[in-house]
Amino acid sequence: MSLLRVLDIAATALQAQSLRLNTTASNLANADSAASSAGGTYRARHPVFAPIYDGIAGDPVAAGVRSLGIVESGAPLKVVHRPEHPLADADGNVFFPNVNIVEEMANMISASRSYETSVEVANTSKQLLLRTLSMGQ
Amino acid sequence: MSLSLDAALGIHPLALRLRAQRAEVLAANLANADTPGYLARDFDFHQVLAARQGAAGGAVALRVTHPAHLAAAPAAGRPALQYRVPDQPALDGNTVDGQREKAAFTENALGYLASLNFLNGRIRGLIGALRGE
Repeated sequence: MSLLRVLDIAATALQAQSLRLNTTASNLANADSAASSAGGTYRARHPVFAPIYDGIAGDPVAAGVRSLGIVESGAPLKVVHRPEHPLADADGNVFFPNVNIVEEMANMISASRSYETSVEVANTSKQLLLRTLSMGQ
Repeated sequence: MSLSLDAALGIHPLALRLRAQRAEVLAANLANADTPGYLARDFDFHQVLAARQGAAGGAVALRVTHPAHLAAAPAAGRPALQYRVPDQPALDGNTVDGQREKAAFTENALGYLASLNFLNGRIRGLIGALRGE
């Protein structure tokens, strides 16, 4: 039954978008987490999405979405000269994460819109399935 | 007089099946709205329906007598999918247009409901005829 597969596809999308929201929340929460070395500083994290393919070789058909993994942003860290800071290193520098707040907010809105769309898709197919079950009554 | 259930239900079971398959394709497009490099797929419902109907009615069908022969009539499985032509191509190679896919999904769901209603009407008619009401 194809409509049950629609529910599966919507579930993969919900999972992917909630992962994206999760990383965004983590990035925003750690936007100001200072550190005393470049290696110990938090870096912005983003999931990488890829389609799940299904079906005959040569004509792949997408059957959902999955996350290939989470990558850390390679953007340069913010280094601030602040000798009075308790986490300052020998040169008086403090390292701050490379989180771009504006980018994260845009990411959050995009993820929540996509999540809503998937919920609507799942709801619609649920209604269609229920109507199909009561066919002939 | 013999009663064929297939003939009595008409085109509607086939239409219902195709609508469900199209819902699956459109849901996959919506799920991959944020996937870099994903190309949106779809099939022309009316074209596939007409082709399937022709194949079922035996109007135009080539005989396949050798494994290397190509089937002229479309197989009963998944319809051949085509690629959507994007209105505004994205920088990451994704061709899913959220609005377009959502509209297509809603239209497809309404078509599914319409086919379901027609089918219900046919079934009710058959039941009425069987009871002799």
